[in-house]
Amino acid sequence: MNEKQTKKLSIIAFSGDFDKLTAVFTLATGAAAVGYEVNLFFTFWGLDAIKIKQGRSPVGKGFLPKVFGIMMGGLKTSPVSRLNFGGISPKIFRYLMRKNNVATLEELVEAAKQLGINFYACEMAMHVLGLQKSDFIPEVKDVLGVASFLNLSEGGQTLFI
Amino acid sequence: MLMTYHLDITKEHCPMTFVKTKIELNKLQKGDILNVKVTEGEPLENVPKSAVEQGFNVLSVTETDTPGIYNIEIEK
Repeated sequence: MNEKQTKKLSIIAFSGDFDKLTAVFTLATGAAAVGYEVNLFFTFWGLDAIKIKQGRSPVGKGFLPKVFGIMMGGLKTSPVSRLNFGGISPKIFRYLMRKNNVATLEELVEAAKQLGINFYACEMAMHVLGLQKSDFIPEVKDVLGVASFLNLSEGGQTLFI
Repeated sequence: MLMTYHLDITKEHCPMTFVKTKIELNKLQKGDILNVKVTEGEPLENVPKSAVEQGFNVLSVTETDTPGIYNIEIEK
């Protein structure tokens, strides 16, 4: 990489799945730790990862968003994308990660906050799901649309997970 | 007063090897030193490299008494 080029990684976190969020936060924290500017743009199911209420809770404005809120939950109830077995698999993964001294999803999220990674939420998805900025953790810097995200990510690398 | 810090990341895995190093490096004042104990492989190759890229000085990389475990001395 050209040294003059900005070291920047922007990730669109679309999935609310435990394994995919683990990939998001592994890449994000690793990149931030080696000096990259990191932007995380949470949209659709990815928004579950940044809710203040990490369990199942009727977050959201209106009846349907509340039902979604309970069904989807937050970071603590995120399912594994394959072989979820009704939520047993994430528990097994957390156990295996701790046993093998690999950072759990929660530890990675904490590290992301400590490293000053930029968290953003998608305005359109928030609107659909009846979510407000106050439903999210205070580290969420701003609520953005496509144009702002493109501006932020310009000149760096972008991933969709 | 100049401080010397110690960090052992030999039991850590990616990305926490880099994350823990970075969080410690953030605590340093100018002239402070951080000794990072690492295993050979990715941490040994990339911890010094990324420290230099972020403007720190790598004073030394030496193998400890335990084979395969190295000490990296980083100065701000």
